[in-house]
Amino acid sequence: MITKRIIPCLDVKDGRVVKGVNFLGLADVSSPVKLAKFYSDSGADELVFYDITASAEGRALFTDILTEVASTIFVPLTVGGGINTVADFDIVLKCGADKVSVNSGAIRNPKLIEEAAKKYGNQCVVISADVKRVDGVFRVFSKGGRENTGMEAIDWIKHAVDLGAGEVVVNSIDTDGVKKGFDLEMLDAVLNAVNVPVIASGGAGSKEDFVKLFKTLPSIDAGLAASVFHFGEIEIKDLKQELRNNNVTVRL
Amino acid sequence: MIALIDYGVGNLFSLKSSLNAVGADVTVTADPEVIRKADKIILPGVGAFGDAVEKLRSTGLDKIIIQEVQAGKKIFGICLGMQLLFEKSFEYGEHDGLGLLKGSVVSMKGELPLDLKIPHIGWNALITKKEHPIFKYINNGDCVYFVHSYYATDCEDSLLATAEYGKELTAAVALSNVTGTQFHPEKSGEVGLSILRAFVEWED
Repeated sequence: MITKRIIPCLDVKDGRVVKGVNFLGLADVSSPVKLAKFYSDSGADELVFYDITASAEGRALFTDILTEVASTIFVPLTVGGGINTVADFDIVLKCGADKVSVNSGAIRNPKLIEEAAKKYGNQCVVISADVKRVDGVFRVFSKGGRENTGMEAIDWIKHAVDLGAGEVVVNSIDTDGVKKGFDLEMLDAVLNAVNVPVIASGGAGSKEDFVKLFKTLPSIDAGLAASVFHFGEIEIKDLKQELRNNNVTVRL
Repeated sequence: MIALIDYGVGNLFSLKSSLNAVGADVTVTADPEVIRKADKIILPGVGAFGDAVEKLRSTGLDKIIIQEVQAGKKIFGICLGMQLLFEKSFEYGEHDGLGLLKGSVVSMKGELPLDLKIPHIGWNALITKKEHPIFKYINNGDCVYFVHSYYATDCEDSLLATAEYGKELTAAVALSNVTGTQFHPEKSGEVGLSILRAFVEWED
């Protein structure tokens, strides 16, 4: 049986993990390399790195860090943030990334998905969508959730998958940061529309939220979160044990 | 020394890093002389079967690999590299493989229950079928990381492990000196590293 994946997400700016980390026993809590190692040892099934740097110097730091992570940690790595061209794919893949996540870059230029999928395979291209309800309709937002594109979200995600995206990350802006659970309604709508792996993001506040996610939506593939893991509110080991106790198949 | 064959398909960064992590003396190479001198061969690969086999043929590496392996050199194929060890693949047409193992490679499409997603991506548990030196640290039920849409079939004589995904899919093969995994040991955490370590340590 394929296992449900638990994925911590690390936002990296100028070579450091942001979103405040608060770990017991980790001296350098904002070191992406140390944090990645900690998560991998705790049983994270995959790691996502978002480069939220704007400067060229920060970009160079990010690829250095990625190289270091990929040299020492042997679980799948997904990289996103500022991916606008096939050349951007090439840079992070050469540094050891396995998958590349596109968001605003693909909204501006949907052909990016097609070109990258042809060159690197569908499994390499992840469409990440920030989605929010506007007047009862799911809309795609770009630029880190700041700008309403006006596009209907399910249509956009379906289109991205048709173009070659092999995996979907759905980040609900409505539930993000609220810590009251994942956006089950939104995720269900996406699961009904596509037949590639779907990763839930936004809203995890407790272990029970993950249990509810996998029990309510048996075809969801993974749960992604950042701050609840960074702040140690949820320990990945405990979370996986809790999931197993609830008959969710996980890798322990 | 282990020759990690670089024939222009896919990125060898993680594989080389993971081999370094288990202390292997590894050379990334497409040089026939280096391959002949090597103690063991690792054949990686991602992408389409037809393209990969064409690249091996156009460089003459296919013949060198076959000669060395038939002379007893140990080989470990990974993902598409494992599929290439077989006689045939039916990925976009019909292509001959290296023919070092009996069996062929077929699509999951039409072979799995309809509710299952293709490709088979993620961590899945190994169902071990026999013992082999490359699996000396592996226990039945250990999880490893898969990404594939095609799988090897009709390979009972070499079958080392399967993984359950609608049906039992070939996960690992081994027959005397010819071995391979459909999954990515270089992305399978400690379990994956232990398979690479076992391959590195493997003596007759």
